[in-house]
Parts: sequence; structure tokens; C-alpha cells
Amino acid sequence: MRFFEYESRAVVARAGIPVTRHGFAKTADEARRVAEEIGGPVVVKSQVLSGGRMKAGGVQFADSPEEAARHTERILDLEIGGHMPRGVLVDSRAAVAREYYAGVVWDGTRKRPVLLFSDMGGIDIEQVAADHPDHVARMHFSTRVPFQDWQAKQLVASLGVTGTALNRLTPIVARLARLFLEYDMTLAEINPLGELEDGSFVALDAHMDMENEARSRQRALLHELGVGDEETRQAREATPFELAGEQVDAQDHRGVAGNVTEFDGDLGLVIGAGGGSLTLFDAVRAHGGRPANYCEIGGNPSVLKACGLAKLVLTKPGVDKIAVMMSIVSNTRVDIVARGVVKACLELGFDPAEKIAIFRIPGAWEEEGFKILERYGVQYADRSVSLNEAARRAVARVQGGVA
Amino acid sequence: MSILIDADTTFIVQGITGREAVNLTRECLDYGAGARIVGGVTPGRLGRDVHGVPVFDTVAQAVDHHGGPIDGSVVTVPPAFCKDAVLEALENGIGLVVVVTERIPRRDVAEMVEVAEQRGARIIGPNCLGIIVPDVIKMGGIGGPARDAAKAYRPGPVGVISRSGGMTTEMSSTLSAAGLGQSTAVSIGGDAIIGSTYAELMPLFEADPETRAIVIYTEPGGRMEAQLAAWVAENHSRLPIVAFMAGRFMDEMPGMSFGHAGTIVEGREDTAAEKIARLTAAGIQVAERIEDIPTLIQERL
Repeated sequence: MRFFEYESRAVVARAGIPVTRHGFAKTADEARRVAEEIGGPVVVKSQVLSGGRMKAGGVQFADSPEEAARHTERILDLEIGGHMPRGVLVDSRAAVAREYYAGVVWDGTRKRPVLLFSDMGGIDIEQVAADHPDHVARMHFSTRVPFQDWQAKQLVASLGVTGTALNRLTPIVARLARLFLEYDMTLAEINPLGELEDGSFVALDAHMDMENEARSRQRALLHELGVGDEETRQAREATPFELAGEQVDAQDHRGVAGNVTEFDGDLGLVIGAGGGSLTLFDAVRAHGGRPANYCEIGGNPSVLKACGLAKLVLTKPGVDKIAVMMSIVSNTRVDIVARGVVKACLELGFDPAEKIAIFRIPGAWEEEGFKILERYGVQYADRSVSLNEAARRAVARVQGGVA
Repeated sequence: MSILIDADTTFIVQGITGREAVNLTRECLDYGAGARIVGGVTPGRLGRDVHGVPVFDTVAQAVDHHGGPIDGSVVTVPPAFCKDAVLEALENGIGLVVVVTERIPRRDVAEMVEVAEQRGARIIGPNCLGIIVPDVIKMGGIGGPARDAAKAYRPGPVGVISRSGGMTTEMSSTLSAAGLGQSTAVSIGGDAIIGSTYAELMPLFEADPETRAIVIYTEPGGRMEAQLAAWVAENHSRLPIVAFMAGRFMDEMPGMSFGHAGTIVEGREDTAAEKIARLTAAGIQVAERIEDIPTLIQERL
């Protein structure tokens, strides 16, 4: 789950890392007041969960509170990367002498967090790593042994940083490493980490991502930041169709029938589980099909859920037929899914034989499931028909051919 | 022969009184020669039994009751308790821990893995269905009830490693239908950090004389495939590998990952296209369709 910059700043400050004087504002008036409090020149930054703010004009400099207010008004109306800003961050304009970079991410291969430090901050760290690999230092660290200051010192010093700068950077970098673990982050980044003309160091911008799976145990922090449980913070905001999918899945606790993503095709997909859904979505597209959605069924959902998901997809505008397909199931029951999708068709006044392009779910309770489908004349396939072939037949039926 | 487990493997089920665990226990007892499940653990349920398997409060009690070291554990407890359960197993001398639980935060997984490394133990998963040696033993929910597992899995020369539990069965079933059985199939889990990656299991298959080829199922995200490609290039493996890559469409979906720091250790190797190129360059055949896999394997045996 991604944090807005103003939230990331709060996280950093909570960990004892110095930040510049700043404030969050939702209106031009609020921005003016924040700028007055700060005094002197400020930067007004769009608070939006998207990159490329600078290029899009979402970051503006102001010499007076009046100017800050005027910029704020424009920025609040400026869409960036498909997102409208939540507000602006009004930040004091510090006299920066030098910019560093510090960040922590997980290394899935080494299965440990890796701390990164660079003396070339302020730009894309990926670019620095590619063009100036000798300016990026890395260090893996333990999740068991508490992170020690000397580890940060050793990392920073490895790039030749010494003197007061080393002694001031060390606690900042160490605190970043600790907050990464303490708050279950998947990314904790300070860029730039600025050395001001007076020799002090401050986080000029911060970027934090928290692991979704850890949200429940990070309630205290999220509450403090004002982040509600309902905020998913996905790459793009959920569509009403996707939100309805979540409601279907929340109907009861048995299994999964959700994880819906909307596309604009004519073939509705009722597919599962994780790997099977990815395989089937690829297969439908490979045969020239146009999926109306992605979704996942798994973990033996109830008839109610399977029915709810099928209804949702069937009633999506532009959907002609649905394909009900899964890799061989061992936990989810074929008969329950069959009952669910047939019920969905009937309750909506559709003929299941017409609306279900194909049903390909082999596995547990398949004999019982296939009997139900036969009763309603639904085309079905067992494991001798591959996922790829099932997808081909579904696409052919939607396109009016003979499957 | 097989890797990781065989007919003699003893294991416990942690969280054995949960609904899924009760089913899983039944399935494992019924499959093949019948798994040697020597105990189950659910705190506060000492003295009960699940399908004849005695239930204990602690792993130490289970080890005492067994009267000697226990080889493995299947952990199926809620995410918030999972790390503790795994550490308990490791501290009590268990060498193979299959973690079924999903949605465990990475910090917890990394801790479990770090302790396992120190103990010389191995973790499979989390978010996996376990291990199966066709007609002999299964450890975990892989393949489902014994009757269903027997339909999909047959003994033979192919080692299967998959990031998707369901696709482990789908691919093995396709192989079986073509007369190609499996030496061992391992569902390694779909999370960003897992106990055992492809490259970490390869030496085990390499050392197993029955295994003559490998099939892997893979997805976008992470560097596990790059790690496998590097392993193959460095180790002159005798085993031909055929891979299937799902989720190719994800390459066109912007915004699937954020942040710059992540791309240094992962990013550029994350996409399906990049992974296919990397695997191919290492001599690993990437199948376009699952039904093509048996022929590709037969050509290489």
C-alpha cells in the first residue's frame, strides 16, 4: 500500500529523521496559512499517488504565501497520471548543498532486506545504478538481529563519505533501516536526502510502501496517519464493477470469488485460481478473444459466492457470454461452482446453455458437477481438454463460430 | 526415488484441528502408502485426535511422544501465528517445514527463512500446497483427496516445480496423460519471498537418479527465474528444463509495481518477456502452451 508524500514524511519524522518545515493543505486558503507559518520561499507539491509530478507541473515554487495559494489552486485541478491530487504539501525551500539517496527494499533472492545508499541523490536511483554503479552501495541485513548504527556507517563510508557528513548521515540511514522492518514496509526511500548549506541533513522527499498483508498489525500507525481500512491505494482506483466484485467476495468467509479487474471486452471470465487465471487470461487473448474482466475463484467458495460473481460478470455491459474455466481443482468443488453459475443464469432469466460459452473445471466432485451441466445443456470439458483449448472454444463461441 | 520426502518421512501438522487441516490430514493418510503423520499441534487441544492422529499443545510434546526426531511439519495456522509456529518447529529439530498459510507479511517470512538457514533446515512455501511423490506420499494439500491426486499424478522421470499450487496439478496431469510420470512435484508458493526457489531445489533433483527432466511453472515478478538461469549456466546440469510462463498480459499493465529502489534488485527482470528471454538464453525451453510440454520433454529425454 503506497503512502502519499505527506504521510511518508510523517513516518520518517516519527522515526526520528529530520524533515523540513512543511504542512499539508486541501485548499488554497490552507496552503496560504501554511506558507505564512513557514515564512520565506516555499515549494507547493501535488499530493498524488503517481510519478512524474515535476514534469506534469505538479511541483511549483512560490516566494510569497499569495503565490503559494495561487499555485495550489491550479495544482488541485491538475490530474497527474490519471489521479486527482488529495491536496498539496507546502514545504519550506531549503538551501541544499548536496543531495544523497537512501532506500530499503526486499531482495527476494537473498530473502533479506537490502539497504541502498548513494551520494548521487535527487535523480532516478535506477539510472544512477545503471550509469554510475560505483556511486551506489548496497548492504543486506538481518531481520533477526537489531540493525546497528555501525552497519549504516560502514555502508555510507564505503562511498568515501567522511567527516561531519558521515556522522550525521549514519543515524538517519540506520533509522530508515529500522523503520522499514518496524512498519512492515516493502519500500522505504528518502530521495533526496539533503545536506543543507548549514551542514544539517533533512529528508527532502520520502516514498513509503507498506505491505498490504501487514496492515492489520500496523493499525496504530495507519490510524495516526488517518488512513482508513477502506483505502486500497491500488495503482489505479477501483471501478464500481471491481468494488462490486469485492462485495461478492465479502458475502461470506468461504473461499475466494473475487479479485476482479475490469477490462472492456465481450467475453466474461469466471476463472481460477491464481496460476490458472493468469494462464487462462493469456490463452483467451492468444486466440483473439477480448476478456471483459479478470477474476479469481479458489479455496472452495460457496454457491452464493460463485453465483454472485457470475451474475456480476453476466450483467456487465457489453458481455455476451461467460467462460467458466479453472485448472484442475482439488479443494474447490466442481459441483458447487457449476450450481453457482447455472443459478446465476437462471435468476437473470438467461439460458445457461446459451450464456455459458464453456465450462472447463475438472477435479473434485466433477461427476456431480457435470451432471448439473448436462441437465441444462451447458457445454463442458474435462481434463482431457487443455486450458488453452477451452479458451479457444470460448472465444469461438463468442465470435459466432462453431466451437 | 524422490526429493525431500519418501515413504519413511515422518511429519506433524501444526494447526491440525482447523477445517482445512483436518481435510489435509485425511488426504495425506489416505494417499499412496499412507503418510506417517506422527502428531498434530493445536495449543489447548492436548489429548484430542484427528483421524487417529494424536493432538498436542506443543511440538516438543509431539517429539517426546514420537520418541525421536520428526522429519517434517505442515504448518497451516492463521497468518498472525505462523512465524511462531515455524520457529517452534525449527527449534524442536524439524528439518523440513511446509508452510501452507497465505498472506504472511514478508518480514515474518524472512525471519523464518533466516532461522531455517542457521539450523540447516528447509522451508517450502509459504502460500504453497506442498510436496507429492506419486503413489508414495504427499505432504500437504497438493492434488487434493487421495482419489483425485491419484488421477493427476503418476510415478516417472519428471521433476515438477511450480509457483502455483493448482498449476502443479494441471501440468502433472498433462504429463501423466502423455505417459510421463513425476519423480516429485513441489508447489513452492507464490509469494515474493519463499523458502525454496527453483535454483535451490535443482541440486536435489540433480542428485536424484530417477529424475531425468524438469518442468517449471512461472509468473512475472521477482528474480527467481534469473536465479535459475544463472544456476543452469554455472552448473552444467544434466537435466533438460521446460518452462511455462503464465501472466504474459501483465507486461502491458502499467502501475503493477512502484518505486525505484525495488527495480535495482528486481525490476528489469520482473516482466514475462524479460524472463522468457533470460530462460531461453540459458537453454531452457519455454513452452507456448501446456499441452506442448510433454512433446518438448520427450524430445529431450
